Amino acid sequence: MARRSKLDTVKIAFRNGKFVLGFSVLMFFIVFSLVGGLFTPFSGDGLYYERIPNTTVKIATYSHKVLPPMSNETLTTYLGNKVRVTHILGTDAFGKDVYAQLVTGLRTSLWVAFLAALIGTAFGITIGFIAGYKGGWVDETLMMFTNIMLVIPSIILLILIAAYLSARSPEVQAVIIGITGWPWVARAVRAQTLSLKEREFVSLAKLSAQGDLKIIFGEIMPNMISYVFMAGILQFSGAILASATLDFIGLGPTTTVSLGTILQKAIAYNALQFGNWWWFIPPGLIITLIITALFFVNLGMEEVFNPRLRRGGE
Amino acid sequence: MGFNEGFKKYLMRKTFVYLITFLFAVTLNWLLPRLMPGNPIEGMMAQAGSGGGVNDALMRFYERLYGLDQPLWKQFLNFWSSLFHGDLGYSILYRAPVWDIIKHALPYDIVILLPAILLSWLVGNWLGALAGKNKKYDRYAMPAFYFLASMPYFWFAMILVYTVGVSLGWLPYQGAYSPSMIPELSLDFIVDFLKHWILPFLGLFTVMIGSWAIGMRNMIIYELEADYVRYLEALGGSEKLLTKHAYRNAILPQVTGLALQLGLMVAGAIATEIVFNYPGIGVLIMNAALSQDYFLLQGAFLMVVVAVLLANFMIDIIYAFIDPRVRASYTEG
Repeated sequence: MARRSKLDTVKIAFRNGKFVLGFSVLMFFIVFSLVGGLFTPFSGDGLYYERIPNTTVKIATYSHKVLPPMSNETLTTYLGNKVRVTHILGTDAFGKDVYAQLVTGLRTSLWVAFLAALIGTAFGITIGFIAGYKGGWVDETLMMFTNIMLVIPSIILLILIAAYLSARSPEVQAVIIGITGWPWVARAVRAQTLSLKEREFVSLAKLSAQGDLKIIFGEIMPNMISYVFMAGILQFSGAILASATLDFIGLGPTTTVSLGTILQKAIAYNALQFGNWWWFIPPGLIITLIITALFFVNLGMEEVFNPRLRRGGE
Repeated sequence: MGFNEGFKKYLMRKTFVYLITFLFAVTLNWLLPRLMPGNPIEGMMAQAGSGGGVNDALMRFYERLYGLDQPLWKQFLNFWSSLFHGDLGYSILYRAPVWDIIKHALPYDIVILLPAILLSWLVGNWLGALAGKNKKYDRYAMPAFYFLASMPYFWFAMILVYTVGVSLGWLPYQGAYSPSMIPELSLDFIVDFLKHWILPFLGLFTVMIGSWAIGMRNMIIYELEADYVRYLEALGGSEKLLTKHAYRNAILPQVTGLALQLGLMVAGAIATEIVFNYPGIGVLIMNAALSQDYFLLQGAFLMVVVAVLLANFMIDIIYAFIDPRVRASYTEG
């Protein structure tokens, strides 16, 4: 089987409808999280800040009202200025702008998921590689550990760890999610390593007396990039869900807003009973759309790498 | 036939693995608070309102009460010994033994989760098989399945509360029964209980359908392309016969899937109970986590782990009976 160049693979991927759809939605949300703040005068915490002239002191102005989406209002600031503002997605029970919080929350959630996926995937790859390549008792011990971690519900472990930490930054949350997400990756990477290490090119490398590390990174690893990438995508979507659930229980980052903390606040301040749908529908919808998009990216990639899965005609 | 002997061997191996997992989980449960920064006793005292300057005498009293003044190995043994005596410690938040609190919450979890898991499994597999067979239906159903499977359980639960509960006012959405009711075996109470049950049940059931349907759809497509189906087709087998065989082979991995999914469903169940304020373990966990009631948290952790392990073990046994390959492995030794 001739090896395809990486560029070709990317080209084929972009001819796959599912991949393109998922990728576009994902890209949209990433770009939105970065530039979305430009379309609102409000700061990331949903407040309007005004700097006192000739100082660096900034004073926040509240809206005091619960407003539906696209409401206009005139704020009177601390200095007595009148500012006309539009709340694109309305305000929450504290009068804070929901749209501005959503942009920041999305950025936090994506950042947590990205870091957690990176940590989980790196950890999983390492364990899977060592287990698959070394074999014997090393493999058995590592796989026993992996299977144990797989059965213990990770969310419970996450809650337990998060509850013991009183100050939580998004990065801390990413670490605790990352260290529970790796078992799936480890299993997948191990299976791949087992099948790859029997191939001719690995035997050839062994015959030429290359070191283990060189064989792993030089010979086996390049053949697994696509596989590892797909495992990373699944880690990413798992991490978004895990962090949203933790935030929702009240164990989210204490330093900033995220999509999950917005939902938690909405429940805590009875947004459902008061019918403030603009407060809780957008954050959940964004989470759902991102995870759906990741599913489609994964599906598309599977079809690219494993043409048997392609359903005839399309 | 070496069936019985083989089955015994399989059972013993599985029991051993689950026992190790249980040991590991309990040890982790004991170790985690000791690895964390800060002192749980101080936290609990602050919580109980005896904060301010830390009272040394009271602190020592608590340390002795929880055995924290003893060497670590002894603490570990004590932990196990009290566990087997059903002593999970004392909840600061609810001011009652942890085991009693959990005992009262557990029935509510079972009543919601068991039907939701089993029914979603059946319906999801059925819908997935339909999509796998029928390309026209698949075109619309597949994205819908993925969308369902992507929804956070608690968000869908919130949508249900908002639409069915608040806007339409059709069903109650808070608690397991009306505050004016007393739990008893009367028709009034049962009707009231069932009304409160519907929305939390739907919240879990609907979202779970998605991932079962996806799994089944993919398995059916895979099986229908397999050589044995092609062979049956070439022999002139009817379409009904083909799908019957494909279905029987596709359902087996779905049983294993059930075991693997259980751990993931825990998250959904906890968050859904919080939305509906349904008095199961989920609400306990949230309250315990927020008020740093560590004994309650540890007890709830243990309960969930034991439940997941038991369910996995049961599924492993069922699987051994229905999968001819596992069965064959006994008879061959």
